Amino acid sequence: MTERRVEAAAVASAKAIENVAADHTEGMSFLSTLPQRVVRVYIPLVLIVFVLLFPFYWMTMTAIKPKEHLLDLDAHNPFYTLNPTFEHIRDLLFKTEYPQWLWNTMFIAVSATVLSLVASVFAAYAITRIRYSGAQWVGGAIFLAYLVPPSILFIPLSTVVFQYGLFDTPFALILTYPTILIPFSTWLLMGYFKTIPYELEECALMDGASRWQILVKIVLPLAVPGLISASIFCLTLCWNEFIYALTFINSTEKKTVPVAILSAFTDGDQYRWGSLMAGALVGSLPLVILYAFFVEHYVSAMTGAVKE
Amino acid sequence: MERLFNNRNFLGLLFMLPAAAFLLLFLVYPLGLGVWLSFTDARIGTPGKFVGLENYEWIIGDSKFQTAVFFTIFYTVVASAIKFAVGLYLAILLNERLPFKAIIRAVVLIPFIVPTVLSAIAFWWIFDPQFSVISWSLKKAGLITENINFLGDVWNSRFSVIFANVWRGVPFIAISLLAGLQTVPPSLYEAATLDGATRWQMFVKITYPLLTPIIAVVMTFSVLFTFTDFQLIKVLTNGGPAGATELMATMSYNTAILGGRIGEGAAVSTAMVPFLLAAIMVSWFGLQRRKWQAGSDSND
Repeated sequence: MTERRVEAAAVASAKAIENVAADHTEGMSFLSTLPQRVVRVYIPLVLIVFVLLFPFYWMTMTAIKPKEHLLDLDAHNPFYTLNPTFEHIRDLLFKTEYPQWLWNTMFIAVSATVLSLVASVFAAYAITRIRYSGAQWVGGAIFLAYLVPPSILFIPLSTVVFQYGLFDTPFALILTYPTILIPFSTWLLMGYFKTIPYELEECALMDGASRWQILVKIVLPLAVPGLISASIFCLTLCWNEFIYALTFINSTEKKTVPVAILSAFTDGDQYRWGSLMAGALVGSLPLVILYAFFVEHYVSAMTGAVKE
Repeated sequence: MERLFNNRNFLGLLFMLPAAAFLLLFLVYPLGLGVWLSFTDARIGTPGKFVGLENYEWIIGDSKFQTAVFFTIFYTVVASAIKFAVGLYLAILLNERLPFKAIIRAVVLIPFIVPTVLSAIAFWWIFDPQFSVISWSLKKAGLITENINFLGDVWNSRFSVIFANVWRGVPFIAISLLAGLQTVPPSLYEAATLDGATRWQMFVKITYPLLTPIIAVVMTFSVLFTFTDFQLIKVLTNGGPAGATELMATMSYNTAILGGRIGEGAAVSTAMVPFLLAAIMVSWFGLQRRKWQAGSDSND
């Protein structure tokens, strides 16, 4: 039994040597036959992907089904609909303040991201390149700041927001979100800045460039992928944020999408499922579209922060 | 030389200023304030005065708090364990040679991109007591005769929220671990195959040891975010039925913001800190081990 296995392995490795030139990334996967792969790889993969995507399918279905079909599962198979309707989405866009909430979310997310990126670029550059005394400690402290979760900060922060007179204004969120974003993006940008060769900066310093010129003309252009990664990730985090938006904003017309649809469509006992799902769907779309264009940047932001 | 040194520190300070201002005003100060508030009887609108450990004494004796601590730990441990197992499995599947690999990988991450509250709303509808699509399918298949009460029963609701949390967390873990898997040189597997190693042996002796450093970091983050979860519970059950799915985070919100008892709420959220420190320690030792294994520090 073992002999045969060793023999098979020997044959396989001979094949592997032939294959090395062709493809380095496959490892030993060519050893398995198609039926094996179907059972071992494709079936589990399809199952997992099905479970991961089903809620979105269900969200979409519910958002485009006529109202009376939603609550009558015996007469209409819930998995598909033959007469899709846009009434929920139309009601959402024209009969509620949804466009306003969408605008609030976008405005707050973009402002907080811009503020955080500016602050992070300076901080990351100072930590990795100016290397003032104690820079390493500051780098460590910023990483620790990343580990402070909003759910232990929101209570004292709500009193702080009140003291500063920011309660129920967009600034309550625009100025507090950077506390989540700055540690993350500083850490990410530090990784990018470290990969830029020191010699480039030395040359520029020799030629009499100031620190500001070096940052703007040399470092930033080279760190563009990092900047894109950081901004995409920051936008997603802002869009996703819930606990601060729920606590610091009171008036309906100032709310962000996640908070607003939860309170607007769940009044009393009558949950408006069609509108809720349409709201969730439309609220997710901008992020999904953004993500579709920048998948690689997104993944590198995510894994980059973990690898560091 | 001396002047340059001074200059350097001054420049550093100047460049750090914006980030430091945000973090000091809105992170460090509130963090300290939170601890202080937990020792006061503050309420919404009144600053409160120092009451010592009264809030802590009160919450420790409160059966709601005990349930919340129990469920927070249960939720974190069970959800993280399942997320880790499924995430690692998915990462290994995605590391295989697959057609349309890039698209599959992109699709897998979608649950992580979509705002949690919005996907939680979808789960809320999937777990509806009357119109749940799961109940409907199982009834059609003849497996059950009555609708499942997903969110109305103590243990059903606990496992339902854990399921939603796992659903949301798996993509992050899978994609991060996939990045780690891709750094494992294929030649190791080739050598192991040559030595007659089975698939399981290769996983235990090659894949897992090489992944431990990244697993330590990813799981610390996952544990951290699961422990401090708020959104999913707030949307799906709001702590119900009868406090069965109350987490410490939702309890502190209900106490401080809805109940107006800032002091007690701050005590509940400050009580989360020891657990978070424990999670950070795990991450720290995981990283140390990585340096020891690699023999040098990373420069990526």
